[in-house]
Amino acid sequence: MRGRPALFTRYEADSAMLPTTTQRVWLGIGLVAVVGAAIWLPRDWLILIATAFIASIGVIGLNLVTGYAGQVSLGHAFFLGVGAYAGAAFGGEATEKLIGMGLDVIWWVPLAGITAGLIGAAIAPIAVRLRGLYLAFLTLGLVFLGEHIFREWDSVTGGPGIGRKPGVLRLAGWRFDLDGEIAGYAITREQQIYWLTLIILVIMAFAAKNIVRSRIGRAFAAVRDRDIAAEVMGIDLTRYKVLAFGVSSFYAGVAGALLFTVTGFVNTNSFNLLLSFTYIAMVVIGGAASITGSIMGAAFLTLLPRIIDGLGGAVPFLEVSSTGLLSTSQLERIVFGALIIGFLIFEPNGLNGIWMRLRNYWKAWPFSY
Amino acid sequence: MTTFLQATIAGLSLASIYALLALGFVIIYKAMQVVSFAHPAVMLFGAYMVSWFAVDLGMGFILSVVLGAVAAASLGWLSERVTIRPMIGKPLFAIAILTIGLDIVIRTPINNLIGLDIRTVGSPWGFNAWNINGVTVPYRSVAMIATALVITVLLFLFFRYTRVGLAMRATAIDQEVALAQGINVGRIFSLAWMMAGAMAAVAGMFAASDLAGLSQSTYIVGIKALPAIVVGGLDSINGAVIGALVIGLIEAYTATYQSSYAPWLGGNFSQVVPYVVLLAVLLIRPYGLFGSPEIERV
Repeated sequence: MRGRPALFTRYEADSAMLPTTTQRVWLGIGLVAVVGAAIWLPRDWLILIATAFIASIGVIGLNLVTGYAGQVSLGHAFFLGVGAYAGAAFGGEATEKLIGMGLDVIWWVPLAGITAGLIGAAIAPIAVRLRGLYLAFLTLGLVFLGEHIFREWDSVTGGPGIGRKPGVLRLAGWRFDLDGEIAGYAITREQQIYWLTLIILVIMAFAAKNIVRSRIGRAFAAVRDRDIAAEVMGIDLTRYKVLAFGVSSFYAGVAGALLFTVTGFVNTNSFNLLLSFTYIAMVVIGGAASITGSIMGAAFLTLLPRIIDGLGGAVPFLEVSSTGLLSTSQLERIVFGALIIGFLIFEPNGLNGIWMRLRNYWKAWPFSY
Repeated sequence: MTTFLQATIAGLSLASIYALLALGFVIIYKAMQVVSFAHPAVMLFGAYMVSWFAVDLGMGFILSVVLGAVAAASLGWLSERVTIRPMIGKPLFAIAILTIGLDIVIRTPINNLIGLDIRTVGSPWGFNAWNINGVTVPYRSVAMIATALVITVLLFLFFRYTRVGLAMRATAIDQEVALAQGINVGRIFSLAWMMAGAMAAVAGMFAASDLAGLSQSTYIVGIKALPAIVVGGLDSINGAVIGALVIGLIEAYTATYQSSYAPWLGGNFSQVVPYVVLLAVLLIRPYGLFGSPEIERV
C-alpha cells in the first residue's frame, strides 16, 4: 500500500519483520554504523561491543522464557555456565588434567548451545508444575547447585581458583583470536571477534524474531498472559514450557560459550547469582518481550561501566582509589541496582518502551498530543 | 551418638537463624504478597549496624543489638515506602525483580563498609560452653535457640491476641476488605517490613557472632533462608519455623556425616544441601509443605 505504510491488508505483511520503510531505513543505517564501528573504533571499544553482542544473545534467550513465555528464571547464570564449560570441553585444548576436544568454532558453539538446551529441557518438567515465585526459587536453587558442580567437576572446569581457558576460536585452521591478514589487509584480533560475534548475534536474533512471530511465539504469549486460558484454547502447556526453557537455555549456552573467549579465561565462581541478576536487569532495562529491547538492554548495561569510568574523573566524591567514599565499580553496581528499581517503577517497558514512545511521537507528528 | 547430638545442636542453632529470617520473609509475603530478595541485604545491614554500635562506638552489646534492630527496621520501612509502595498492584514478578535491584543498592555500600576484613559484632559468648556427658553445648547456641524461641512465641501471641496482630491477619486475607474495615493497610505494610527488618538484624547478628564473624559472605546465610520458606510454604508462619528447622538440621547433619558417608558429593556440600531439599520439596509439593495451594479460577 504505497503512501499508507501503517495499513496492512494481509497477515503476512502485518507480521513481517520490517513492515515499514522507516524500519528498513533504520536497519540500513544500523548496518552502516556497525561496519563503520569495526573500521574506526579502537580495540578496547570493539571488544566491549563484542561483549555486548554476546550478552545480547544471552538476554534474548532469557527474554524468550521470561518476557515472552512469562516463566521467571533466575537460573540463567547456570545455563551460561553450562554453555561456557561445554564450549570449553568441545572446543578447548586438552591438557593432562582437562577434557578438551579441540573442535572448530562452527561445531563447539552450537554443541555448547545444545548441551545447555538439553539440560534446560530436562529441568523444565519440574518447572512446568510450578508457577510464579516458586519457579523463581527453583531456578535460584539451580544457580547454587550449578556453582557447586562447577567447583567440584575439575576435569572440565579446572576447579576453583584455577579455572581453564574457553574454547578456541578456530575455523579450518584460521584463528579468530590472533591478529591476522586477509588479502593483504591487516585485521586485528578485536575486529575478528567483533565480526564473528556480530554474525552469530544476527543469526540468533533473526531466529528469535522468527520464533516469536510464529505459532510458537503466540503460544508463549498466551501461556504468559493466562496459562489456564491458553490451555483451554488447546495449547499444550507442558510442551510449550519445555520448549521455552530449552530454547532459552540454548541461547544461554551459546552466549556462555562465547562470553569468556573475550577474556580468554573461565573461572568457576563467575556463574553466581549476581550474573543471573545482571541478565534479569538487562531484560528489565531493555524491555521485556522485545528482541530489539534485549539488544538495547545488553548494550546499555555492558557499556555502562565504561560510561561511569569516564565520569570518575569528573565527579568530585568519586575516587578510583580505595580510599574514596565509593569506588567507580561500586558506584556502577549502585547505579545498576537503581536502574532496575527506576525502570520498573517509571518505565516497565524499558528502553524499548522509551523508543516506542519517541517513535509514536514522531509518527503522529504534528498531531502528537 | 555424641556426634549426632553435637550435630543436632549445631543444626538447631542454624535453624534459629533461618527461622528469624524466614519469619521476616513470610510476614512480608503475607502482608503484601511480595518476596523480598532484599531481605538478606537488610540482614547484612543490621549485622553491620550492631557491629558498628558495639565495636566502633563501644556501646553495650544488648543496646547495640536493639539499636541495630531499630536501624534495620528503619531501612525496611524506608525501602518499602520508597520503592515497593508505588508498585502495589503490579505483577508479583516485577516486584520481586525490583527487590533484586534494592538488594544491590543496599548491599554494595554495606560491602564497602565491611571491607575485606572479618569484623566482630561484640557478642559476649566466645568459646564458653557447657559440657553435658561429652556433648559440647556452646553458650552461643543456647542464646540463639532461646532468642529465636522467645521471638517466635511473642510473634504468635502478637498475631493471636493483639488488635494490630488481628489487623495484620485481616490484611493478609484480603487487603481491600481490611481497608473497608478501617484498617490502615499502608501502615500494616510498613509494620510488616519493620518487623521483618528487626528480626533480620537479630538473625544477622547471630550469624556473624563469635567464631563466624561478619564478612561480605555472611550474605549467603540470608539467601539460605529462602529454601526454608519454600519448604514451609510461602504463606505459612508455622511453615517458616518448621522449614527453618528442616533446613538447619539437614545442613548440620550433612556437614557432619557427608564427608565420611558420601565424599563423592564434594567438599562443602552442606552449603548447597538446602537447595537440594528445595528442589526435592518442589518436586513433591509445588507449594511447599504447609503453603496453601493456589486456587485456579477459570
